[in-house]
Amino acid sequence: MHVTRDFSHYVKDLGAGLKHIDLAVEGVSCAGCMAKIERGLSALPDVTLARVNLTDRRVALEWKQGTLDPAKFIDRLAELGYKAYPFEKASAEATEAEESRFLLRCLGVAAFATMNVMMLSIPVWSGNVSDMLPEQRDFFHWLSAVIALPAAAYAGQPFFRSAWRALKTGNVNMDVPICIGVILALGMSIVETFHHAEHAYFDAAIMLLAFLLVGRYLDQSMRRRTRAVAGNLAALKAETATKFIGPDEISEVPVAAVRAGDLVLLRPGERCAVDGVVVEGRSEIDQSLITGETLYVPAEQGTAVYAGSLNISGTLRVRVSAAAEGTLLAEITRLLDTALQARSRYMRLADRASRLYAPVVHATAALTVLGWALAGASWHDAIVTGIAVLIITCPCALGLAIPTVQTVASGAMFKSGVLLNAGDAIERLAEAEHVIFDKTGTLTLPELEVVNAADIPADIFSVAGQLALSSHHPVAAAVAQAAKSRSPLMGAVEEPGQGVRAVVDGVEIRLGRPAFCGAEALVAQHASVDPEASVVAFSRGDQKYLFSVRQGLRPDAAKIVAGLQRRGIKVEILSGDREAAVAAAAKALGISEWRAGVTPADKIARVEELKRAGVKVMMVGDGMNDAPSLAAAHVSMSPISAAHLSQATADLVFLGRPLAPVLAAVDYARKALHLMRQNLWLAVLYNVLAVPLAISGVVTPLIAAAAMSGSSILVMLNALRARRVREEAASWK
Amino acid sequence: MEVMIILVPLALALGLAGLVGFLWSLKSGQYEDLEGAAWRAIADDDEPAAPAQPEAAPSRP
Repeated sequence: MHVTRDFSHYVKDLGAGLKHIDLAVEGVSCAGCMAKIERGLSALPDVTLARVNLTDRRVALEWKQGTLDPAKFIDRLAELGYKAYPFEKASAEATEAEESRFLLRCLGVAAFATMNVMMLSIPVWSGNVSDMLPEQRDFFHWLSAVIALPAAAYAGQPFFRSAWRALKTGNVNMDVPICIGVILALGMSIVETFHHAEHAYFDAAIMLLAFLLVGRYLDQSMRRRTRAVAGNLAALKAETATKFIGPDEISEVPVAAVRAGDLVLLRPGERCAVDGVVVEGRSEIDQSLITGETLYVPAEQGTAVYAGSLNISGTLRVRVSAAAEGTLLAEITRLLDTALQARSRYMRLADRASRLYAPVVHATAALTVLGWALAGASWHDAIVTGIAVLIITCPCALGLAIPTVQTVASGAMFKSGVLLNAGDAIERLAEAEHVIFDKTGTLTLPELEVVNAADIPADIFSVAGQLALSSHHPVAAAVAQAAKSRSPLMGAVEEPGQGVRAVVDGVEIRLGRPAFCGAEALVAQHASVDPEASVVAFSRGDQKYLFSVRQGLRPDAAKIVAGLQRRGIKVEILSGDREAAVAAAAKALGISEWRAGVTPADKIARVEELKRAGVKVMMVGDGMNDAPSLAAAHVSMSPISAAHLSQATADLVFLGRPLAPVLAAVDYARKALHLMRQNLWLAVLYNVLAVPLAISGVVTPLIAAAAMSGSSILVMLNALRARRVREEAASWK
Repeated sequence: MEVMIILVPLALALGLAGLVGFLWSLKSGQYEDLEGAAWRAIADDDEPAAPAQPEAAPSRP
């Protein structure tokens, strides 16, 4: 059978005979890679554009329509040493990118207006004490109005919209006091200018918008970066399926192009990308990603297989069913919905702060107006002072206090291998006091490892590794990897469902099921030593050996668990796996609380039980059976190898083999929350100092502008400290 | 103070020119890849494709 790769799903037609494709590339890290890839691809005939985006780790390619097959680009990149996959922008990511461009446009307009209004304000401020004519001052004020009013109308859109949305639903958010402040300041300035008054606040209002837009943009770009990385990872997971396009003809197509009713081929060692029912073939499948259970399940005609299952021994033909029909998935999705709803009730620190802030500030301003009026000042003066209070209690520092810390902390987490899925995850993670780990794929590595490598002679190991290269069986692959074998043996024959054999120096060697190698006697012995490992037998003549293969614990798991416990966090294991396997892992890691054989509903029940007791739970899991409990927990984390559903639900995703990012994330989050609170207090302190000035009526636009930018810069500088956590605490390094 | 008749519009025009420049750079995608842009500035100019080809050719199957 001939396999073709079909990328037409990803290719965009640009018109004028040009085609475009986006590729996500693994391993692009420096300028050298960038130049190498761009030159290497441009050298292909008919390629008109090859441009690497180093931030998003992607390549955009354009070529003249004709003979060039997009698969060629991927081969070329493989020659250059990079793994690449076609990439389709998720609609959520496209929206984020548009939003971020809009914020940047607003910021540009606001910054332009701020600078030009300032340029006009400074002569007024210095002229007021020297020799500026009132006509000149009025002229400068009018000019400021002409610049500031349209600029504020444009650049204020993000705030006006968000405030309007909140008000429509009967809520108050941070943007409501901001909008009131800006609109009142501008309105009053116009009235004052009209009456030839000395002070106008155009500069303060537009500067407020510019500073706040900086905070918004930082917040937005943090989320955008995570989205981009997550999008790449989805593409790198190579979501393809081998689809039958004729009775005997197969083609490798992206999963998005597979429809219900299609027939797909599932070879040994492949992970199933769709839900379906086996129509032909016999094999064993590993459903640990779905259920947490590490024992293989036999599959034959009529067996349902779910996306994420790993095919072990035989080739299967699978009829694709509609995704939602699977009872297991439907059940998990239902649990997921309810759990997600529960979590959306969490109130962010910023919202809590603004809920306090708005009434206090507005009451203070109102009292100021009343107070001055009662004290005998004219209504005009009383209102001007009241508005000065609104301007000076600048929500500026408040608006920057949290996004700046979040941005800096998420950058630091990114460097230690943690991606943020949710903006408020940092706050919730910092509060976590009880961690529930899933075992399979979370505490253990997703790949298989040979555990008894030390007991096997080196020459046997290396020849077994070479033989294993000829097999598709994942257990054999683990042997090949452990032996670091590169060159497969010539003339090796794979017997489906049994093993591989070859003849070396006149002696037949076999690798496969114990029965295939005549090594049943060894199995009985082995079972008493390590009952949970899978075994693969090897025979050369009369010499017979057993390789014991299992998922090993992550190398630093014990250290990280101890580190969590040292920080006062309780650790617990909830696993869908067998009791013996979970008990062994718990013992190795020094975790006293564990439960085995739990279902998704059990996991949720445990999370809910802890929640009712007032405990803030962090759930770390990878399987589809974890997804609902990930959503139900106060905060959740998944390894990057996780099933799609759980990755999408998790607040944080961590990369790589070690478990260290979990601890690093906790440390950074705690530090970040500390700094966020500190920043909020700084903002409060600033207000305590500035508000009496405003109430007493001595605040000129000059003082307002200086105080506002001073507090904002202070808060931003403080946020930079989120990059570092104390050395002694950072034992995960 | 007649000088203001020239200076004020001049200052505004310069500011507007800056803004237009910024909007243009935004539109032409110059903020899409900030990391890459930092490196491109110090990378060697594109050499003609000649040196790239001989080193790539042997690796072709």
